[in-house]
Amino acid sequence: MSESPTELGSIDPSIPATIMRERPAAAPAEGGAPPGSGDLTDELLTSDQWTDAMLQAAGIPVADVPLVSIGGGIGSFVTVDYLRIAGVPTSRIAVLSNLDFPWQTYEYLTRVSQIPRPERIRSDSASRPDNIWGFPSYALTEAFADGKWGELWHVFVEPMWADYYTPKAGRVFAGLERESKRIGWDQMLVKGQVRMVRKRYGGGYFVILTPKAGVTPTKRVAYRAEYVHLAVGYPGLRYLKELQDFRTEHKDYYHVVSAYEEHEHIYEAARTKPITVMLRGGGIVASRVLQRLMDDRENHGLQTHIVHVFRTFIDKAHSPNEQSLRAWNKRKGGHGFAYQGFNYPKSVWGGQLKSEMRRLEGEARATRYKEMGGTNTPWRRRWQAQMNQGRREGWYQIMQGTVDDMRIGGDGKIVSVVKSKSQPGPIEISADYIIDCTGLEADIAEHRVLKDLLDHSGVGRNPTGRLDVERTFELRGTASGPGVIYASGATTLGGYFPGVDTFLGLQVAAQEIADDLARRGFCKKIGTFRSISQWFKWARNKQP
Amino acid sequence: MLPTLGGRIQTRIVLLAVIGGLVTLAITPVLPLPAGTTLSNAYRDTFIILAAVAVIGIVWEFFYHLIMQWRWEKDWPTFFGFITMINEGAVIWALLHFKKIPGIVGTVPTAAFVIDFVLVWVAVWLWANGPMRVINIRWRFFGGRLV
Repeated sequence: MSESPTELGSIDPSIPATIMRERPAAAPAEGGAPPGSGDLTDELLTSDQWTDAMLQAAGIPVADVPLVSIGGGIGSFVTVDYLRIAGVPTSRIAVLSNLDFPWQTYEYLTRVSQIPRPERIRSDSASRPDNIWGFPSYALTEAFADGKWGELWHVFVEPMWADYYTPKAGRVFAGLERESKRIGWDQMLVKGQVRMVRKRYGGGYFVILTPKAGVTPTKRVAYRAEYVHLAVGYPGLRYLKELQDFRTEHKDYYHVVSAYEEHEHIYEAARTKPITVMLRGGGIVASRVLQRLMDDRENHGLQTHIVHVFRTFIDKAHSPNEQSLRAWNKRKGGHGFAYQGFNYPKSVWGGQLKSEMRRLEGEARATRYKEMGGTNTPWRRRWQAQMNQGRREGWYQIMQGTVDDMRIGGDGKIVSVVKSKSQPGPIEISADYIIDCTGLEADIAEHRVLKDLLDHSGVGRNPTGRLDVERTFELRGTASGPGVIYASGATTLGGYFPGVDTFLGLQVAAQEIADDLARRGFCKKIGTFRSISQWFKWARNKQP
Repeated sequence: MLPTLGGRIQTRIVLLAVIGGLVTLAITPVLPLPAGTTLSNAYRDTFIILAAVAVIGIVWEFFYHLIMQWRWEKDWPTFFGFITMINEGAVIWALLHFKKIPGIVGTVPTAAFVIDFVLVWVAVWLWANGPMRVINIRWRFFGGRLV
């Protein structure tokens, strides 16, 4: 397997440098186009439900495809993969996306947040987005393909005597590339920016796509679909307020960055002179950035000083949301971090916690989310050794605190005024660079398609403010005749299933969606015989 | 594995019956049994032992479920699924030794018991950690439940 990006997997340099800029700009108050222009008329913009005649009057061409998946990232991919395996031909599915390949955004985000292809992502061995069965697992594949038999021992003794096995990013992408070819992804992919989904009189939906200028005769094209699947990913990234204020005031996007932006220049600067880097946040991205700084320090003999500020500082094992430590609700923690193998306790993806959450409603569900989630990172032996060394030698400093103010100091460094619970009075910390690893997410209404849905479709919000989905991942309130809108991924966090924004979570959603579509007669239910025969096709790389 | 209590019990019964049954069927004729043991007697004993592992195992599953509550992740590591062979095997062996398993005639030699028990256990454990996910694609997402 190649560890360097392939032609298909390479990152297009024209892709904007931040996730924010990948999103369409906020919609200006839009005036309608004249009828017959091939664009959205006033009537279309203001109507919750459209007739076929309304589109005809607007001059927007309509294509009929029974199922449209919006997004085209890994969420779309996993769902479409399930449906293809459930017997749906490529002609009955359209994937509307501005991505060239499903892992494009994912690869961009992992790469800038310090997980290039040879590094390992935080995901389980049996969470394979390119294989709905999770068999063979990544560890088994790695053992056989690369002769790394130690990986089998690794999954045998994890997590007690080894860190959780995690696959290399490059292996994940290579597998996705193979599977996307097998299921005929490119035959289903239609490039463009989705503008909106509206209900159709008589059932089903219209999805409006804005293809690249000049590709089609009209500015917009419409897809008439009975089923719509939404997998648009994270609505966007939010920054810590004080960091955003500083960036805006000083127009400095160079010394104060988000970990999800390109920030290689900081690591390069560290190689030319001793610098101080301040990290904010205690999650997996903070760990990754920290590892890069510590690796570089070790490999190149650098003098980088790291100050790590945690808003919530965890210093020992804790029971989230409880006054005292409970043996049956005890999460590891220390030196600022809450430790957990994956972003939720493992059993949310199939065991006890999944079963429990499926039954909870409203406030009770929101409370359980708070207990299980929150910012956390895995406890990994190498990271522990590096951090211990850093603390011992004094170049890695950790502290609890929030930043009240930021300014440029006399020496040109950025001074953060930190208020800490551990010390009275403000503490001033100077740093050459600040990396925001908090990974705050924007509200779903900041995504244009979701905002339109909230305004026009009748969809509501769940107890945590995201899209309200049923256990089948149907968007509540959006039924249109026999038509259904499904959603999977980060936008549905807070529903009956917690681990939505993960590989395995996308597969759990895809299975529920495929089973619901089978009940509605759209595809076949994947029973034992189909599962086995399709698995052999997967193994032999034959079309489903 | 990520089991629920119901899923544990269902998986145990079904996998012991199917995978355990096939392994028992295959290995019983070659077990080191006393000279003169007829094949039908041998099968009777090995299948009674298999049934005992299933039935007594239901009690074990409650115990494992209780232990799992002390784990933050509420998971059941692959290693646990393997190593519980020791406590379960010891109890079955003790019951055999004290002739507390009804239907067993005579004495089952320890070597034959160990071979039978370990092979059945490892086969079921391997199956549950891989191929089972192909047989039933919903099994792993529903705590090991089959119905």
